[in-house]
Amino acid sequence: MIVERIFGRPRCMNEMVMRYCPGCTHGIAHRLVGEIIDELDIAETTIGIAPVGCSVFMYDYFNIDFHQAAHGRAPAVATGIKRVLPDRVVFTYQGDGDLASIGTAEVVHAAMRGEKITVIFINNAVYGMTSGQMAPTTLIGQVTTTTPGGRDPQRAGYPIRMAELLSTLDGAAYVARVSMHNPANVAKARKALLKAFKTQIQGIGFSIVELLSSCPTNWGKSPADALRWIEEKMIPVFPLGEFKSPKEVE
Amino acid sequence: MGDPMLMKGNEAVGEAAIRAGCRYFFGYPITPQNEIPEYMSRRLPAVGGVFLQAESELAAINMVYGAAGAGARVMTSSSGPGISLKSEGISYIAGAELPCVIVNMVRAGPGLGGIQPAQSDYFQATKGGGHGDYRVVVLGPGSVQELADLVMDAFDIADRYRNPVMIMGDGILGQMMEPVEFKERPLSSPDPKPWATTGAKGRKPNIITSIHIDPEVLDRHNWHLQEKYREIVEREARFEIVDAGDSEIFLVAYGTTARICRGVVEKLRERGLKIGLVRPITLWPFPARAFDEVCRTGRAFLTVEMSTGQMVEDVRLAVAGRRPVYFYGRTGGALPSPKAIMERVLQIADGREPDPPGESIRKQGGA
Repeated sequence: MIVERIFGRPRCMNEMVMRYCPGCTHGIAHRLVGEIIDELDIAETTIGIAPVGCSVFMYDYFNIDFHQAAHGRAPAVATGIKRVLPDRVVFTYQGDGDLASIGTAEVVHAAMRGEKITVIFINNAVYGMTSGQMAPTTLIGQVTTTTPGGRDPQRAGYPIRMAELLSTLDGAAYVARVSMHNPANVAKARKALLKAFKTQIQGIGFSIVELLSSCPTNWGKSPADALRWIEEKMIPVFPLGEFKSPKEVE
Repeated sequence: MGDPMLMKGNEAVGEAAIRAGCRYFFGYPITPQNEIPEYMSRRLPAVGGVFLQAESELAAINMVYGAAGAGARVMTSSSGPGISLKSEGISYIAGAELPCVIVNMVRAGPGLGGIQPAQSDYFQATKGGGHGDYRVVVLGPGSVQELADLVMDAFDIADRYRNPVMIMGDGILGQMMEPVEFKERPLSSPDPKPWATTGAKGRKPNIITSIHIDPEVLDRHNWHLQEKYREIVEREARFEIVDAGDSEIFLVAYGTTARICRGVVEKLRERGLKIGLVRPITLWPFPARAFDEVCRTGRAFLTVEMSTGQMVEDVRLAVAGRRPVYFYGRTGGALPSPKAIMERVLQIADGREPDPPGESIRKQGGA
């Protein structure tokens, strides 16, 4: 009998059991990153920047170098590493509070400078680790622990669309928003992440992929309902697609 | 030694850093230190380095964090308000045990304060600044030559202990021109640094982090840091004593204020007064040992600062009640005048309490 292994954990990831909540899409996003690092054979030349948030310990799941950053500062830390080691691959992995609130300046200016780094942006419309407060990406009317009556734009403003905002910058070479609510979209997310890493490796410029993600725990939904909520509620506010894509990585 | 050059203090910082092997500088404009980033923007590309003007001090110090993690000799510079912003990052860098050099050309505070020289960031520099149990080695040069020497030493100390080192100057030291010679010295930067995040090729992954969520692990980490700081206290404290021999009154001052005090000591010695000067060169570790030496003959101390009295607390701890410790200071960019210092020394010599500081408010007849 010939036994062929056709599916397994990416080689650059380890056997650690993930501590994420049931139904959370961090696991899918981590796996996609792992698959792409394997496919591009860059495990020995890649440095990841771990954020503040639920994925603060993401370095526990990968067999690659990692540098943990303060909340919002990952693009600045990535810039420091990339400027010292321009031939390495450097990526950040950041949530919406990290990237679109406290770290807005850092990501905008990393994109403005065209830093050759890749930003993986997990948008789940809520602060996860601190237990469900309003994020800058929280939808109008969405109930969070700090918008108990639902987000009221008169008091708390409107959801911020980072992919669209960053795509206006000349230094941003690849900008896409994808979703992880079903297998077809996960496959598209994988393609976008691959392009983003290739954009960096080919030295074209700054790349970012925004991934619409679920947070069943803080949304108060079952994992399946949470995925439906992405499709029905989030995508109309955060339309999917490539906002910018260099010809060289098509 | 090369030929002496006439240089501004700020430019000497830049040149000394480059000669010490620093190839990466991340900064943000703020007066009175702008000549440092400007110098680095001219010189670093010419030596294969990188100058980057960051979007903020927060970003600049986090770029330093990344570059230090990648194994580089890296520097940033700022002044009071900017150092406040950088304090978050400095706490992370100290927690993650990475080497870097931070220059603070101190201006008057609090808040936006003023752009004139001050020493009112002493607490911030030596007692923490950011959150958590950490220490930064703080060097307080008193001339452009010493500034250049200490910048070079700072990189070695940072690498030796994997710890941030701060150069604490002030607006005068940064702006004034003096002859300076850059000492030829071997590069002591360990290369490669085995802990650096450079890509896990042929080794286990390196992780740079300051988070230790298990209380036992974090407690252990903090006591490990304390052990390192204890070693720094033992080995790195530096000071200068002027006229130690028979002096009965000692001025205590660092940096620019020490220059003023040196002049006062010379003048009063000419008049026959037995007076000396203790000049801390490391502000942390504070050179407490110097006070054991001078307490043999010294019977009183007058600490002079461009602040309302910050280092004087460390002087009192070091003197430990053995002798009276008095204070005189000016703030806001106003300098302690030799005359005002002399008056107070003569009062002490007469066995009287010296006039308290704060004459500008008394002149106006109250607040």
